[in-house]
Amino acid sequence: MKCRKCGGTAALELRRHNAAFCSPHFLEFFRKQVAEAVHRHHMFTREEKIMVAVSGGKDSLALWDVLIEDGYQTAGLYLDLGIFDYSKESKAKCEAFAAARGQTLHIERVAEAVGAPIPVVQQATRRPTCSACGLSKRYLMNRAALEHGYPVVATGHNLDDEAATLFGSVMHWQTDALPRQSPALASTHPKLVRRVKPLYRLSELETAAFAFLRGIDYIVEECPFAKGATSIAHKEVLNRLEEASPGSKHNFLFGFLEKARPAFEKVENVELHECTSCGQVTTGAICAFCKLADLVKRRTS
Amino acid sequence: MKIILRNPRREIAVDGKRRVKDLLVELEILPSTVLVIRDNELLTGDATVGGDDVLEVRPVMSGGRGDTR
Repeated sequence: MKCRKCGGTAALELRRHNAAFCSPHFLEFFRKQVAEAVHRHHMFTREEKIMVAVSGGKDSLALWDVLIEDGYQTAGLYLDLGIFDYSKESKAKCEAFAAARGQTLHIERVAEAVGAPIPVVQQATRRPTCSACGLSKRYLMNRAALEHGYPVVATGHNLDDEAATLFGSVMHWQTDALPRQSPALASTHPKLVRRVKPLYRLSELETAAFAFLRGIDYIVEECPFAKGATSIAHKEVLNRLEEASPGSKHNFLFGFLEKARPAFEKVENVELHECTSCGQVTTGAICAFCKLADLVKRRTS
Repeated sequence: MKIILRNPRREIAVDGKRRVKDLLVELEILPSTVLVIRDNELLTGDATVGGDDVLEVRPVMSGGRGDTR
């Protein structure tokens, strides 16, 4: 298979683009897609400091690599979930990545914030693990960015992640969730930082190939709690569709963003308050994170 | 040839030559869900493998519903 641009030996075939690229031209393609995402959604400027949430996986480290190489002011944020050896290994990957590039890596421990590591939170609350984990991450990312003075948090969500989330929302017609699915979420309160997803135009295969070709040492193993997760089942369904009809995931997500999302947008009359316990933003008196932490405290004491 | 699979990590031996895309069909793996690596290089579906090759078939799917990836 030959590179579409130079005719050299291709490293990766991109069926949805009906193209193949050699290593240098694939890396160029990848960086252009990130630049297009940043530009199209006004994600951040070169004057702003960007907090990149990193997990040690291919997506977030690939994102951080692109932004560093493109000259953006960045720092990493690693959330230590306390998930056995998986967290130890993923933390070590993030620390090594940051050290090799002379970048700052902030570390927040979920066990300190919630009162217990994620496996104990799951046992204590009987909530699905990914639910408690996602809640904790969203809260801690925003809090850390505010505390350290970053106006925006960038995450490594890719096209597959976004298509799977959209699929899940549509399957249950979660019309409240649909308007919030966006590559860039604006700040709607002085204590809420912007959240952006510069990899939303790139598939999981493409982010993995980029990380590999850039020599990024990322954690290949899955989170032990991911097995059986609904989002994985949705990805598998979409992968079968993609195999039969390349471009399906792209069309599903991009069609939603361009044509359907505006129809679900409405003027949100949700009043935002500051949590009476922690001061972070919530729609009620006590935020969901503080409720979770309180439940964990009661059930583990 | 030797094939290294991940999640969980295991190794299998396969005799004979074939194209990568045919090998993936035999292994019941969708091509868009893995990187196929030989000698630290990515292989496309039309590449021929066999003999003394050592291949890593590396899954690309991220799991769960966390918020960093």
